[in-house]
Amino acid sequence: MTEPVLSVREVVKRYGANTVLDGISLDVREHEVVTVIGSSGSGKSTLLRCVNLLEELDDGQVLLDGVDVSDPRVDADVARRGMGIVFQAFNLFPHMSVLDNITLAPRVVHEVPRDQAEQNARELLERVGLADRAGSFPEQLSGGQQQRVAIARALAYSPRLLLLDEITSALDPELVGEVLALVRELAVAGRTILMATHEMGFARQVADRVVFLDGGRLVESGPPEQVLGEPVHPRTRQFLRRIIEAGRL
Amino acid sequence: MTSELQRERLAYKRSRSRRSTLVALLSTAVFAVVAVFTVTGAPGWPRVRQSFFNAEIAWRSLPAILEGLWLNLRVLLVCGAVILVLALGIATLRTLRGPVWFPLRALATVYVDLFRGLPLIILLYLVGFGLPALRLTGVPNDFVVLGGVALVLTYTAYVAEVFRAGIESVHPSQLAAARSLGLSRRKTLRLVVLPQAVRRVMPALLNDFVALQKDCGLISVLGAVDAVRAAQIEQARAYNFTPYVVAGLLFVLLAVPTARFADAMGRRAQRREGGR
Repeated sequence: MTEPVLSVREVVKRYGANTVLDGISLDVREHEVVTVIGSSGSGKSTLLRCVNLLEELDDGQVLLDGVDVSDPRVDADVARRGMGIVFQAFNLFPHMSVLDNITLAPRVVHEVPRDQAEQNARELLERVGLADRAGSFPEQLSGGQQQRVAIARALAYSPRLLLLDEITSALDPELVGEVLALVRELAVAGRTILMATHEMGFARQVADRVVFLDGGRLVESGPPEQVLGEPVHPRTRQFLRRIIEAGRL
Repeated sequence: MTSELQRERLAYKRSRSRRSTLVALLSTAVFAVVAVFTVTGAPGWPRVRQSFFNAEIAWRSLPAILEGLWLNLRVLLVCGAVILVLALGIATLRTLRGPVWFPLRALATVYVDLFRGLPLIILLYLVGFGLPALRLTGVPNDFVVLGGVALVLTYTAYVAEVFRAGIESVHPSQLAAARSLGLSRRKTLRLVVLPQAVRRVMPALLNDFVALQKDCGLISVLGAVDAVRAAQIEQARAYNFTPYVVAGLLFVLLAVPTARFADAMGRRAQRREGGR
């Protein structure tokens, strides 16, 4: 079997006395879509931020294509070029146009000439359905449009791994669909995706594998029909029961 | 077609606003009349008018004061540019994190504490008269240059704090987004943090710029012949204070374009970023 794109090994992350990740191990293989579920505070976002090296690990390793990028001797800026992350609150740069948001990393990190970067960005905007908004500023767009721009921004330098951190949680219900449709397209196109989400229905349809986090530990992992349909662990069952009661599954 | 109810409401609103406008106009007029009568009716008014508002002396002193103002303007532009660059550097030093940067951070903090606290007039004397007295080679003895140095030292401390407030107001999620795209710390600061920071503190910066416009007149205490000094010379010559009023009005006129520019900048930023 080939090397996984991402390999998280025994990762520990603490904030003061609070242990947010308590020895998490997880592999994501090429073309695989893995969704991370769990209640708020279970460590989903922290896990993604640790993978993206936005947080320093307290123990364990993050391997990208077999290379330990959590080693302090590795240049995190270089390692991040292989990953794209999309945040819950979009985090677009408000002082830049949509086009500049998308071309920033290709231009200043990957040294792609401006006209080539812009042409690529326009193609991406076409794909996310916002070809006519290249000159707009983020605050002139709806939440769903902003999130689609953020996805385009993360795709602009063709990262090996796409990290999606609860990307629909800050959206109005009627805008969730357009963003999820885009992620579904990316999954079908064979992108390697690690995604934290509360959208259980979406996870069931799109994910190759679902992992359930609880209290910073990986409690259960498997194909969606098993983890979401016939969970083994009592914590998973309890979590899913609450989700069902809230009408979200 | 508006309903009867809405028409009646609009009529009421219109009558209220007409009344408010009328009250405002009337009270302003009353205040102006009272003010004029109080000043012109004061027992000393004829003397004051003669020694502060003498049109003939104003006209005669104008060329000398304008020439002085031209010096103020040049000092303002040069100092303004130097202050912006230095202040940005110091603000950046103060926001650096990590023990490696401790000495630089501490130095920047001491600098800001010292020069923000020191009265400008005292600093002008120290730099203007103390520095040349050292007789070091390379130290200029031109009072304009020395006065400029003192202005730069003080205003850099103020403006650095304005910039720092701006830098710290940029949300950490913006840094995370920039770093996640592979941008280095330096590029994140230059391309993502500073543009947003500068935009946010623009009104405060322009405010400090107006203050600097006025304080440029303080270099006159060292003997540089700027607008204030020129007014003083004219005052001594004519034994009349009108030249000071002329210089004062010219400084006000100088500040007006800056104020309008600040307003325009604010409106532009609002339009571009969708208004918030």
